[in-house]
This record gives sequence, C-alpha cells and structure tokens, in this order.
Amino acid sequence: MLVSRHLTKSFGRLRALDDVSVSMERGQSVLLIGPNGSGKTTFIKCALGLVLPDKGELTLDEECLLGDPMLRRKIGYMPQIGRFPDHLKVGQIIDMMREIRCGTHERSDEDLIEAFEIEKLAHKTARTLSGGMRQKLSACLAFLFDPEILILDEPTAGLDPLAAEILKEKVHAERAKNKLILLTSHILSDLEEITSDVLYLIDGRIRFYRPINELFEEHGDPKLGRVIAKIMRETADA
Amino acid sequence: MLKIVRYVLQDIIRSRIIIAYTLILLAASFGLFNLGGDVSKGLIGLLSLIMLVVPLVCLIFGTIHFYNSYEFIELLASQPLKRRTILLGEFLGVAGALCGALLLGIGLPVLLYAAGATGFTLLAVGVVLTLVFVALAFLGAVATRDKARGVGMAMLIWFYFALLHGGLMLLIMFAFEDYPLEKPTMAMIALNPIDLGRVVVLLQMDVSALMGYTGALMKDLLGTASGISSAAGILLLWILIPLGLALWIFRRKDL
Repeated sequence: MLVSRHLTKSFGRLRALDDVSVSMERGQSVLLIGPNGSGKTTFIKCALGLVLPDKGELTLDEECLLGDPMLRRKIGYMPQIGRFPDHLKVGQIIDMMREIRCGTHERSDEDLIEAFEIEKLAHKTARTLSGGMRQKLSACLAFLFDPEILILDEPTAGLDPLAAEILKEKVHAERAKNKLILLTSHILSDLEEITSDVLYLIDGRIRFYRPINELFEEHGDPKLGRVIAKIMRETADA
Repeated sequence: MLKIVRYVLQDIIRSRIIIAYTLILLAASFGLFNLGGDVSKGLIGLLSLIMLVVPLVCLIFGTIHFYNSYEFIELLASQPLKRRTILLGEFLGVAGALCGALLLGIGLPVLLYAAGATGFTLLAVGVVLTLVFVALAFLGAVATRDKARGVGMAMLIWFYFALLHGGLMLLIMFAFEDYPLEKPTMAMIALNPIDLGRVVVLLQMDVSALMGYTGALMKDLLGTASGISSAAGILLLWILIPLGLALWIFRRKDL
C-alpha cells in the first residue's frame, strides 16, 4: 500500500535518501534500522509530508502522498520527541486533535487512553508532564483515529517497562487488524518481537529489506542485534 | 484554521509574558495620563511608548513562540491539514493574543482618559503594528532553522526599524540638503512601518506643524485624509508581504 519509487533527498551535500524504492503492504510491521544519519527519519518524514523529496514519488494506495494533505488522515504518527503547547491541558490537546481530525475517521480508538490512564492527567498542563508522560500522550494521539498506517519513531524511548509493554501489545493487535506499521528504533532487541520485516538503511541507500524470520534462519541466530552485527562485519570484510 | 487559532490563543493567554506585557502597558498608560496632566501630552508619550515597545515585544515573542512550538507544528503538519492553515492559525493566534494585550493595556486607559478620534487612531495603529511585527517575526523564524540566529535576527529587525532607519534618514537629508527631497523622504518613510504608524497618528492629531519636516511634508503633499489612507494602505502591505513570503517559504520547508 505504501510505495516509494526512486525517493531521493539531499540536505546540502549530505544525501539523506538515495534512490530508495520500497513497497510495503498491509499486515506488515517494518522496522527501519541503520546507523545515525542513515536516512530513517528522513524516510518517515517524507511519508508524513514533513520533508519534501528532491526526486521520486511516494504513493499510498496508488495515490500520490506528496500533493494531498488529506491523505494523511490514513496515517497516525508518534514522533520521537513529543512537545505540546506549554499551557494547554492534556484534555485540551486531545480535544484539539479530535476537532482537527473531525470527520476524517470512522471510529476512534481509546484503548491506549484507558490503558495509560490519561484521564488522570487530563487537568495537567503540558509543561508539567514528564518525558514519559508526553510519550504516552503522543502514542494515544497516534492510535486515536484508528489509522490504516501507524508510523512510530522510537516509540519505546523514554517509556517505563510497563508502558512499553502495553504499547507493544497494542502494536501487535493493530497489525493483526491488517494495518501497516512502520517503526524505528536504535535498540535492536527492543522491537524485534513485533517486527515482521527489517529495512536496513545505510547512507540513504537500502542495504537490505527482508522478513525477519528469513534473517534468523539464514544466520541461525534468533537475536536481531547479533545478526545485524554479523552482516555488518561481512560487509566490512568483503 | 479557527480551531488552531482557538487553541493557540488558549495556550498563549496563560503565558506569563503576555500577562506581564498587559500589566506593564496598563501601568505605563495610566502613569502617562496622570503625570502629564494634559491629555494630549499623555497621548504623545503613549505614542512614543507604542512605537518602541510594541515592535520589540511582537518580534521577540513571535519568534520565540514559533521556535518553541516547532515540535507541535511538526505534529500538526503530519495531520490532514494544509501547511497554510497551520501557519495562518499560529499567526492569528499569536497576533490575536498580542492585540488583546494591547487593547486591554492601552485601550482601557485611552477609553477612560482620551476617548476621542486621536486615541482610537493610536489604538488602531498599535494593532496594525502588532500584525506587521508578528508577520516579520514569523518570516524570520520560518527562514532560519537555528533559534539563536532567529532571535538575533528579530533583534536586528527591531533595532533597524526603531532606531537605525530614522538615523539613516537624517543622515541622507543632511547630506543632500541642497536637493529637493520631498519624494525620496516619502519613500523612505514608506520603508519603515513604525514611521508610517507615527505619521498616521500625528496627522490625526493635527499637530503636524509641531513634528517638523516629515509631518508638514506629508500634510502638504497629501492632506490629512488621503495622507492617512495612503499610509494605512502601505501599512497593510507591510502585513501582507511578510506574511505571504512566510507562507511561501513554509509551504516548501522541510520540517
């Protein structure tokens, strides 16, 4: 459903994305990995329309994502760093998002609001929230409108173990509903249990894009971190 | 867009800076009206205050607000919203809050002490200058990624329009005093929104003879009514052009 063709983006002299062509389908949960500066966030931001690519195209169900902001109604996004207007209360922030998304979705999904007990925070202003609480709020907003694609940038960073587990379960449940999940993480072991495919970017190019089970079988090792390290060593030797 | 404006307003009116701005304006206006004894003296004092303080507060507050809202603007931009809607919503929210502070802080004393045409012109000019300088602040903030540089630029813009421009004008007028300078002077006034605002108020006060060269010139060339309307027209451009440029850049910006 989400297809990029020859996606290219440079920032000055740095090639953040270099001719990236990739196709993702419903029911997949794609983990984007790669060293810092390898283009993970740029790829996500292109899909969200936050970064405009120099070349190439990005389509969602055959419709071009770059021209039409309304297509983003199908996407839920949890940013790496969530920051909200200092003096708004949590309840107001949720209300605002509901108003913005009014009429663009069929049902709302309040599972995470309940699981994270956001109601208890409703009267706190955004300024007083801790990093973890802001992450929880970001997660709730990403899932709230029952989107077909979920883009989660470092979703478990800053969450306590319990909250991270709740979030992973939620991701798992949504994937079972035939949604596309796009994840990034720099801790490889963290999200491997909810990943179906691994997209490894390096210097803006695709190093590989394969199902995670295939990687495990090929290398005879059920730990993603070790598999990736092995692949990197092999590349360096070759 | 109105949804965004509403929430931006709800956020900003609780900020301490806006509350302090309102209180300081209130205190200064009551002070000026009571100390001078004379209402028109009070108005002149208020005029000078507005010309210095309003641009400074709008530039700095607008710029800092934009940078502090960066992640939030990013989140909005990932929603099914047009970029134009987001930026205009932020602009109207910030400008609305600052106008509200001005109308409360200066409007209330003016209503009590000087509820005449001049007083209301002064208020209108204050509101227009708020819009102009918030638009300039947004333009600067959209064009530069780095916060420190953006705030520096805002200070420079203020320094230029509030102080430097007048000095340059005087310098040019001294240097070329042997030539007819009416038209160039008019053009130079049009290049500074603060001067334009001042001219509008002073023409309305009908003390142009007291304010020297530019006022007399304006009155002489245009007469009161058309002088005010053409200055107001140019001020409108001072809102629309920076705002239009900011929108143009923001639509293509990588967030």
